[in-house]
Order: sequence, then structure tokens, then C-alpha cells
Amino acid sequence: MTATQQHTTGRVSGIISNLVLVQVDGPVGQNEIGFIQMGDTPLMAEVIKVMGDKAYIQVFESTRGLRPGMEVRFEGHMLEATFGPGILSRNYDGLMHDLNTMSGIFLQKGDYTSALDLDKAWAFEPLAKAGDEVAAGHWLGQVDENGIPHKIMVPFKLKGRYTVDSIVEKGDYKVQDTIAVLKDERGTEHKVSMLQKFPVKQAIKAYREKPRPYQLLETGVRTIDTLTPMVEGGTGFIPGPFGSGKTVLQQAISKQAEADIVIVAACGERANEVVDLFVEFPELEDPWTGRKLMERTTIIANTSNMPVAAREASVYTAMSIAEYYRAMGLKVLLLADSTSRWAQALREMSNRMEELPGPDAFPMDLPAIISNFYARAGIVHLNNGETGSITFIGTVSPAGGNLKEPVTESTKKVARCFYALSQSRADSKRYPAIDPIESYSKYLEYPELQRTLNEQIEERWTDKVNELRNILLRGKEAAEQINILGDDGVSIDTHLTFWRSEIVDEIILQQNAFDEVDARTPLDRQQYMVNKVLEVVDRPLSFDRYEEINPYFKRVINAMKQMNYSAFDSEDFKQNMQELEETLAEREVEEG
Amino acid sequence: MPTAFQRIYTKVEEITKATCTVHATDVGYEELATVNGQLAQVVKIMGEKVTLQVFAGTQGVPTDAEVVFLGKAPSLKVGDALAGRFFNAYGLPIDGGPEVEGREQEIGGPSVNPVRRKQPSELITTGIAGIDLNNTLVTGQKIPFFADPDQPFNQVIATVALRTAADRIVLGGIGLTNDDYLYFKSVFENAGALHRIVSFVNTTEDPTVERLLVPEMALTAAEYFAVEKKEKVLVLLTDMTLYADALSIVSNRMDQIPSKDSMPGSLYSDLAKLYEKAVQFEEGGSITIVAVTTLSGGDITHAIPDNTGYITEGQLFLRRDTDIGKVIVDPFRSLSRLKQLVIGKKTREDHPQVMNAAVRLYADAANAKTKLENGFELTDYDKRTLDFARGYSEKLLAIDVNIDTDKMLDTAWELFASHFSKAEVGIKQSLTDQYWPGQ
Repeated sequence: MTATQQHTTGRVSGIISNLVLVQVDGPVGQNEIGFIQMGDTPLMAEVIKVMGDKAYIQVFESTRGLRPGMEVRFEGHMLEATFGPGILSRNYDGLMHDLNTMSGIFLQKGDYTSALDLDKAWAFEPLAKAGDEVAAGHWLGQVDENGIPHKIMVPFKLKGRYTVDSIVEKGDYKVQDTIAVLKDERGTEHKVSMLQKFPVKQAIKAYREKPRPYQLLETGVRTIDTLTPMVEGGTGFIPGPFGSGKTVLQQAISKQAEADIVIVAACGERANEVVDLFVEFPELEDPWTGRKLMERTTIIANTSNMPVAAREASVYTAMSIAEYYRAMGLKVLLLADSTSRWAQALREMSNRMEELPGPDAFPMDLPAIISNFYARAGIVHLNNGETGSITFIGTVSPAGGNLKEPVTESTKKVARCFYALSQSRADSKRYPAIDPIESYSKYLEYPELQRTLNEQIEERWTDKVNELRNILLRGKEAAEQINILGDDGVSIDTHLTFWRSEIVDEIILQQNAFDEVDARTPLDRQQYMVNKVLEVVDRPLSFDRYEEINPYFKRVINAMKQMNYSAFDSEDFKQNMQELEETLAEREVEEG
Repeated sequence: MPTAFQRIYTKVEEITKATCTVHATDVGYEELATVNGQLAQVVKIMGEKVTLQVFAGTQGVPTDAEVVFLGKAPSLKVGDALAGRFFNAYGLPIDGGPEVEGREQEIGGPSVNPVRRKQPSELITTGIAGIDLNNTLVTGQKIPFFADPDQPFNQVIATVALRTAADRIVLGGIGLTNDDYLYFKSVFENAGALHRIVSFVNTTEDPTVERLLVPEMALTAAEYFAVEKKEKVLVLLTDMTLYADALSIVSNRMDQIPSKDSMPGSLYSDLAKLYEKAVQFEEGGSITIVAVTTLSGGDITHAIPDNTGYITEGQLFLRRDTDIGKVIVDPFRSLSRLKQLVIGKKTREDHPQVMNAAVRLYADAANAKTKLENGFELTDYDKRTLDFARGYSEKLLAIDVNIDTDKMLDTAWELFASHFSKAEVGIKQSLTDQYWPGQ
């Protein structure tokens, strides 16, 4: 799309729900943005199909009251995100309008607020100087945004190489003030401010290379960090039927993960869950910096009752913002809950356009759309040698809890971590309900990650992780045997195998997200507990009758659980530890 | 909305079972019209071809039917006079009383800006332990009963409605049988609660497509009382499965490609638009929705309960407990997602742990029962869990038990102490020290 002086206009000629047909008088581009003038209210819309002089547009609003003949004005550009300091701690709708500055209790059509505070002055500090050779993404200067050095960059839209002609002195500037003038190779001047825009559906590629991820991203969730680790710049997804704890798990990750920036896309989910974030994040502390969580967070809310067409936009907007902060050399964590709602929004439109449907009536290109989206995450080496990353975790809400549906299957092909939430674990309140056998982290197979883990945590750590996995597998087999043959039909050893896996399950896997202490387990404490669990599991114990095993292990588990609930190394912790040791001693096999 | 001078068209070009199409100009999307006096709504505009969905069906509509556009979307006259009255799907009285005077409010209005919502934090008590103890409800929550058609769900939601301290109850009856309609009417009358209640009812005798208007009518009335009167409003919607069925009929008639279980691809959004009207406003008013979704053969993977489960904040299951022969709220499958906001905070501190421990022991009892059925020998622990489960069902879970939450917790502690050791119950020591009976 070339920026034309003359805007193309058109008139509404057909309406089916939020799909509107427009008779246009000039050129229009696919995905171009247009506004329908409904009385005094402009309704934002996006071109999704063109047939001759008819454009099909999806309207990001309710179309009630819309009439044929109403005027449409096309903007000459695609849906864009607005970048600049002041994005953090804001709450946006799917199109990046600030929800807090909208008027009234109810969302009004056409209330399009600015993404940034245009009047606020920021203390700008130049990093580049006149004469520097620069290109898109080059750091020109920085401002302090909630304690994070927010880099002001050469706009991503600028192609080719430029020379800094002038740059302003250190001082206070508003986002629209010119802070630098760049000259291109032909000597044309380009004024640059702290505000820039970029199409959300295009990836920002102002980096040198994208290596394989090699570093752990700590989440404080034991079953993830220990058994199925997420990495900086990695991708993962959490499928699970409703009630299996997807949202609680994702919220725990968003609160605790070791990230500079957290972007949450609440995509077609419950409004009250977003309200939880609005209420809690300004209060809760970021465990890594001690600042308030909200200061590092941006929330994109397109709840399930907000316009469907904006739902697709919301995940792209979120990804675009993540890419912007990654280009500053920051660690960004992006969470989308739920990507299924986004796929459903695509299905609704595809259906209205009467396209031939793919499986379950989803559009044929769904797998491609999902895979392109996940591919935008990753760790990158920037042109200046710094490193930035986007770690992306999406939830999937499989219809009927069936993992063989198109969204889950398409996602499974691209996401490298799979956190399967199991209904039976959720039913027996074993939270987080991540199934330890079904779930995997492909990253654990990366030699570069194994190396960092064994250096960072302890030698042979990955072997210990495998050992935990084996204990769980053997325990599962033992449980099946006991179920089939009955308690008295199997050997004492089978009972012991089962109960040993129960220790791993109860102490490492299960974690109470609502308990102040248990909610987040730092890596050193995870290491300690893993070693403790392995030590307990390795102890030879002697029992004469199987009936003695259940009550005995319940006591062991109870003592260890109390350890999880007490502050690390506190008096309570030590006391529970002693109780554990005493219990263990009762059944110790005499050596010799 | 432009002034509604009446435009009359008499040339109907196409007629299907639910829709008809006329040539007309200057028609707004979703505008109301009458077709030979029957209410209809614009669902599609293509140039000058306007397709109307006729709510009562198109039986008897001739090609020269008189089509009159009304220049407005479906609306309800809202005011205090709604209280105590029964209306049909169009918001017209069916109780023989006069029409209600009030401000005309479009139904299906805009959504609440999420940043203007308040986090729900006010407890709703029902006296039913399966709800108050295990699945505590909160104002601003939306939750359905997933029930088989033979279960007494309407009796249960009527009980819930009358026991809660809501300022206002709005009943949306969607495809109610006439008998159930009369049941609700008499229960509300006998309880002397009629003045608190507004009802919108579509019975099985009424046209199916009309049902689509009922939830929005009910929620528009609820919004009036919650926003303008700052009241705590409880909305009952029964049965939402019939609402979804009506959606699928319309989408089928509109030639849309069906997705799972013949439901329209937009089912999730259509249901969410209604359920998300549940809200806690900052100024004090709130809308809480308790709905019923009937299942076919207990199948919750069907598109209707499945999509509902992803939208609502939990779900409640009813079950007949064969040991005690009474209906209970199933502690395993039921869930209230918002309970974390109030339990142990608005209720006694031991609530969360007692709740979890009891459910876990009840689960152990279920395992023991399976063992027994398979002919295996039971351990002493197994036997004790079975005894516990019976007491738990009888003294707490049975739906006819009506006690306050503290009493429920005390009862649970007594049951724990009479069947188990402290380690078996596994509750945090500081709580056991305080609440374990007889120490």
C-alpha cells in the first residue's frame, strides 16, 4: 500500500452481522483500515476481501443501526500499533485504545482513545550523536519508563541506512516532539519523534539473528521449572478443558516469571478474570525487582463480550508490543488466553464470507496462521549485539476437552512446550493439573539448555529430572496394577513404588497457587526439595503388611507438605523436617 | 435513531420458514419491523434486499404481506413498575395487568468497560452446603446448573433464588413448560416475594425463535435495577440449552455452515454476550446470573455445555446420592471459580482447607466404593472413609439441609474428628490446633 494523498471512499451496500460490503470509488488494499461514518460516530473496520469494486470489511463494533449508503473512508494503512514510552501499566482494548481514558461505564461505539499520553513529558537522554550511521531499530536515546530503560529507536518503517543529522539535548520532551532528524542516502530529511506506528500483522525484524533458546525462564511453578522447563524466547501452550485451571496457572506464571516485561492478551475470555489482574497487579510485588507488578505489565483486554473482530487483532497487537520491547534488549513474556477464541473469531468471519470450511468449520489456513504467529516469538541478537526475547505461552480451550481438534493440533505442531492439563488431576484437586507424563518440554532435549541447567543449578541436574519422571511413570504403572489386582493382589514393592511416586506428585508437582509461600518456589528451593524428595524415595523401607504403607506415607507426605507451606529454612520448616526424619527413621532398614 | 415515519412495503420476494426478504431502502441493521402484524427483525441487508427474521415463524405470510419498519431495535420499557410482573418475550404483560410505563431501552446494549468493573467480593449464601461450603457464589458471578432433564433443577434454582438476599430477582424462562411456569409463579407468590421478582417467560406453547429475545429482555431489566437503582440483582435463566437450540435453527435457516454439534460457529460469542452481563458495579449494584443448561445423557462435551463452561465462572452439577436417597450438589464436578475471592476472607479462615480436605476424603470414599464393587477387601481406612462419606452427604451435601456457613464448617470438623486422625485429614496445623473438636 502506498500512502496516497487522496483517500479512497465508499458507501455501505450490504450488512450481515459485523461483515459489511462497501462499494468503493478507488483503490483499496487487503487489511486496509477504514472508518464507517455512522452519524457522528466513526466505526473502525478492516478490509478482509475485495471483489471488483466491492470491499468486504469486518467492523470492530456492533453494526446495529448501520444503513446502506453510509460513507466509508479508507485510511491507506493497515491496523497499526502505536509505540512509545507509556505503554507499560496501561490497559488496552484489542485495537490498542486506552480503556481507562474512555468515558462512561459502558463501552461506547467509536470511543477511540489514544494509546499514549500525548501531554506527558519524558526525560529523554540521547544515546546516538550527529553523524552516526543508523538503521531501523537503532537506539537513538532512552527514557525511564517505570524503572525500565525504554529505548527510543529509529522507526521500524524506515528502510535502508540513515545518518543522524541532529539529535536533541538531554531534556524533557513529549512523545510527539521531534527528537532527531535523520538523512537518508539521497539526503532527504526524516523527522523522528518518540512515537512510531507499525502494522500489527507484520513482524518487526530489526535484529541480526535468532539463535536457539538456551536459558531457563524461571516461573516459580515447580512442575514447569523442574520437569518441563520453559526457556527464554521459547514457546509453549496450555490446552485444557474448562475448570482444569488454565487461567490460574497462566496468572501464576504472569506474576512470578523472571521477565522484564509481561504482556497479557486476554482474548475472548471472562471479564472478571481481567478484573483480577486490574485489581491485583497494582498491589502485588514483582518478585524480581520489588516494584509493583503492574509497572512491568500491559494488559490487552478483548473479553468475550467485546466485539469479535477485534479479538483477532488483540493477539497481534499484543505480539507487536512484545516485539517493540524486545528490540530494546528486554526479556518479554507474552501470554495469550485463549488462542482458541481467536481461532473462533476467524471461523465466524470465514463463515460469513461463505468460504469453504476446513475441519470443524475452521478456515483452511488456520494451521498456517497459528504457526506464523508462534514463529514471531524467540530470543534475538540485536544489531548492536544486545539480546532480547519474547517467550510466548498461549492457552488453548479445546472443544469438549478433546485434544484432537484443529486448534490444539495446529498449535502442537509449532509450540515446543506442551503443558497438558488433565481433567482427572483437576477433578482430584491435584493442582496445577499439568499431566507429568503427557506434557513435555522439547527444550530439555537441547544440549545447550542441558549445559546451562547443569551449570546453573547443579551437576547432573537433568539426570535427576529424568529420575523424577521415571518414578512418576513407574508409579502410574503400579497404580494400574493395584487397581486391577487389588491391594492384596500385589507385592509390598508395588505399593512402595506407587507411594514413592505419590511423594513426587504431592511435593513437587502439586502446588497451592493461593498460598503465600507455596505459590512461588524459587529455583534454589526447588533444587533443595528435589534432592530431598529423591533422598526420601531412595530410602529402603521395611513393611510387613501393605495396610501399614498408606498411613505411613500419608505422614511422610504431610510433613513434607508442611515444609512447602513454611518459609524456606524458617523454624517451622526445620521442625517439619525433623518430623520427617523421625517418621523415616521408624521404618529404616537395618544395614548389614 | 431517525424519526420513525412508517415505511410500508408490500412486495415480499422470498419466504423461508423463519425469514422473508423485501425490497426496501433506508433500513437500519437489526431494526424491528412487522410483517402482517408479526414482529420481525432485520438480519441481513444486501443492497435493497432486506432479510427479516420473523419471530413467530412465517406460516401464512403471503407475498403481498404488509411490511412496516419501526425505525428502532428491539426494546423494553424499563421502570420500577416492572416489579412483580410477568411478561412475554417482547416485554408485553401476560399476567392480565396493564402495560408498563417507562423509558424505552434497547435490549442487547453495550458491554461494560472491563476497567469499570469491580472485582466481585460479596458472598451470596444459599444455605446449601454443596454451594456455600464447596462452591461459594459471589455477586457478579455467572454460573449454570448442568442438569439432566429429569433432575429437579427448576426447584433448586427457585430455592436458591428465594434463600438469597437479592434485592431483585429476574426470571428468564426460555421454553418453560406451562407447568413449570405455573410452578415458579406459585412458589414466588407463596413466598410473598412477588414484589421482588420480574419474569420474562416464553413457554413451549410460544414460537421457538421468540426465545432469542428472552435472556436479553431479562438482562435489560436487570441492568436497569443494577445500574440505576444500585440493586443486587439475581437473574435466573432456564433453560439455556433451548436458547442455543433456537440459535441453531435461525443459523440453519440463514444457510450458515454449522460447526460442532450443528451449532452455529458463533455460539461462544452469542452465549458470552449474555453471560458477561453479570457484573459487580463500583457503585454497589450487581448482576448475578444463575442459569440452567440441560444436558443430554450427562454429556458435557456437547457444544452447548462445553461453550457454556468456558464462559461461566464454574458450574454446578446435581446428583442423586444413592446412599442417602437425596439430591446433592456433586462435590467433584461442581466448581465455583470465584469462591477464592471470598472463602477464608468473608467466611471463617478455616473454610478453604476444610472444604478441600472434605472433598479429598470424599474422593477416597469413592475409590473405596469402587474397590468394594470390584470385590476387593477394604482396609480400615477405606471403611472409615465410607462412614465419613455417608455423614458428609447426609449432614452437609443434601440439598434440603439449610444451615449457615460456620455451622457447615463445625459439622465438617466433627465429621473429621469422628472418623480420622489429624494426619489423615492433613489440614495446616495452626487450624487443626484451633478447630479440632474436643481438645
